[in-house]
Amino acid sequence: MSSKQIILEVKDLVAGIPGERILNGVNLKIYENEIHAIMGRNGSGKSTLSKIIAGHPSYEIISGKILFRNIDINSLEPEERSQKGIFLGFQYPIEIGGVRNIDFLRVSVNARRKELNQAELDSFEFEEWIEEKLDIVKMEKNFLDRGVNEGFSGGEKKRNEILQMALLEPIISILDETDSGLDIDSLRIVAKGIKTLHSNKTATILITHYQRLLNEIKPDYVHVMKDGKIIKTGNKELAIQLEESGYEMLETINK
Amino acid sequence: MTQNSAVSQILEKSYEYGFLTEIESEKIPKGINESVIKLISAKKKEPKFLLDFRLKAYSKWKNMKEPKWADLGYPDINYQDIIYYSAPKDIDKKNSLDEVDPEILKTFDKLGIPLNEQKRLSNVAVDAVFDSVSVATTFKEKLAEDGVIFCSISEAVQKYPEIIKKYLGKVVPINDNFFAALNSAVFSDGSFVLIPKGVTCPMELSSYFRINSGDTGQFERTLIIAEEKSSVSYLEGCTAPMFDTNTLHAAVVELIALDDASIKYSTVQNWYSGDKNGIGGIYNFVTKRGLCKGKRSKISWSQVETGSSITWKYPSCILKGDSSIGEFYSVALTNNKQIADTGTKMLHIGKNTKSTIISKGISAGHSKNSYRGLVHIGSESSGAKNYSQCDSLLIGDNAEANTYPYIHSQRMNASIEHEASTSKISEDQLFYLKSRGISSEEAVSMMVSGFCRDVFNKLPMEFASEADSLLELKLEGTIG
Repeated sequence: MSSKQIILEVKDLVAGIPGERILNGVNLKIYENEIHAIMGRNGSGKSTLSKIIAGHPSYEIISGKILFRNIDINSLEPEERSQKGIFLGFQYPIEIGGVRNIDFLRVSVNARRKELNQAELDSFEFEEWIEEKLDIVKMEKNFLDRGVNEGFSGGEKKRNEILQMALLEPIISILDETDSGLDIDSLRIVAKGIKTLHSNKTATILITHYQRLLNEIKPDYVHVMKDGKIIKTGNKELAIQLEESGYEMLETINK
Repeated sequence: MTQNSAVSQILEKSYEYGFLTEIESEKIPKGINESVIKLISAKKKEPKFLLDFRLKAYSKWKNMKEPKWADLGYPDINYQDIIYYSAPKDIDKKNSLDEVDPEILKTFDKLGIPLNEQKRLSNVAVDAVFDSVSVATTFKEKLAEDGVIFCSISEAVQKYPEIIKKYLGKVVPINDNFFAALNSAVFSDGSFVLIPKGVTCPMELSSYFRINSGDTGQFERTLIIAEEKSSVSYLEGCTAPMFDTNTLHAAVVELIALDDASIKYSTVQNWYSGDKNGIGGIYNFVTKRGLCKGKRSKISWSQVETGSSITWKYPSCILKGDSSIGEFYSVALTNNKQIADTGTKMLHIGKNTKSTIISKGISAGHSKNSYRGLVHIGSESSGAKNYSQCDSLLIGDNAEANTYPYIHSQRMNASIEHEASTSKISEDQLFYLKSRGISSEEAVSMMVSGFCRDVFNKLPMEFASEADSLLELKLEGTIG
């Protein structure tokens, strides 16, 4: 355990939007090669936590810290966090009309490559390079010529998120309800993609309501959030228990 | 060069064309009256018909009022405080480029429009207009081999007076509107193009307008005639130094397309737009109109309007010939305190005429950006079709976007489609791109060029990338 590098540490995090506290002291430590699942009801603070880690400007940190590889990232812009290897897979990926998916992906990848001191890819090199990655999420090439998420189905949007994850090769991926709204085939593709991209040097956080994603990807830890706090941490069994008995079970524990 | 550094370089540049060329000019005294008009006409050694044209326009103009319907909110212009003619000294038409003042050649070099033979663009013929006069036209001889005439309008008046007499003021009558009348009275120079029957112009034609002196109005006049079965693509660019006073630019452009002829007219307008607080900048009050006179003729306007403190401009098409086609593709970007009121008029007169309007307005800062357009289907215009799409994009909370589409149809069976949208660059879109490693500036310019893509695709290749980087430049400081 001690030889493992720590990737993300959330320390006593209290945060919210102006006038409303959403997180009330979150603590979380994530090491390389770990998969964590965060579960909980709507409004428990799961998505807020993921957005704050990615640097969403609407939220403010009241107290506490977020450390990425032992460095406080509070003052970093979202793009700097991305360049350093923090990836947020969105619950609702945004449509950006007119911007070609491939142009967007190339700019994004080059920003990360620049941070890693790798040569940036021109459009020809990029087109070649992306082809093998498309296979991970079973996407057709014509996806790349469409506007970013423009007119994509729910499943296509989520696969586009996983494609971005594949391209950016992040150190930590936070996937916010990547499984919601997916049919069983898309879920398998997405889950397989996530597993393929997870490595012993990276970490993954899966935010989910449901057990079904966790049947495909086995987490090392399962956390349950309620009222902006992690109220219980366990292993895969906890998720199964939750599926069977619901969150009420924990609410009684909590009292 | 990487995308990132390209953007930051562009963002640092601000208005790179704001320099002033120190040059001796010959200016006439301020103010407008009959003797000033006679003086301009005499300086240009014009034939009598043109002097009469000017004087008639002046007498109409005196009794006209500035249009106020666009609610542009600028202070009254003192027309007696403007110089109506300013020319670099000793300009009397040069025979070769070697005789043009090196300072002027340097100016155009700096603007990215080199005129001398070694450096000039290989596939674009350029007419360079400096203040009130055309200083050089490139590739004239080569064009002449195909019978294409491309020269300054002053030269055309001397060499082809009959053609000028036949067409000047026929598309935009001298009393068409206040600014057109003023232009007709005092116009100084501009470009003339004639594409003879059956000729496809072998290269892009381009005029580059440079306002250098601060107290001089620029009143250029352009006339393009495409004879039967001919075609031409023409582009114009404009810049000016930064002054803290406002300079008036009132141009008139007339296009005439005969049977089966096609004219594509593109503009990248980047006059000085004033500073952050709206001090200084060009008042750009322009009348542009094309007449599709012949059957199956086509006139296509594309414009990228990013400069000027005020733009008032409606490039229009009179679709007189049966089965003629009019197009208007526009991107107008305003920032800080800029105002743009722009759009088009499509007047369907002939049968089976078609028009397409695509307008993209982007408003940032405290600016105001309006689309104003008219689609008119006349009583004889059976089978007329129009498609209009007007999209506005707001950046920030203080900018304004308006759409004023007017549709008049005198026929029941005309097909008129109008689509409009207003959107805003949302914080969520911005966050999405930022969370993928893309900076705010780059994210905004990416979204803006995405928004404009339909129109950029219509620009000549050479201009499309220029237009793109121009928008990035103009968006400096709109976020954060």
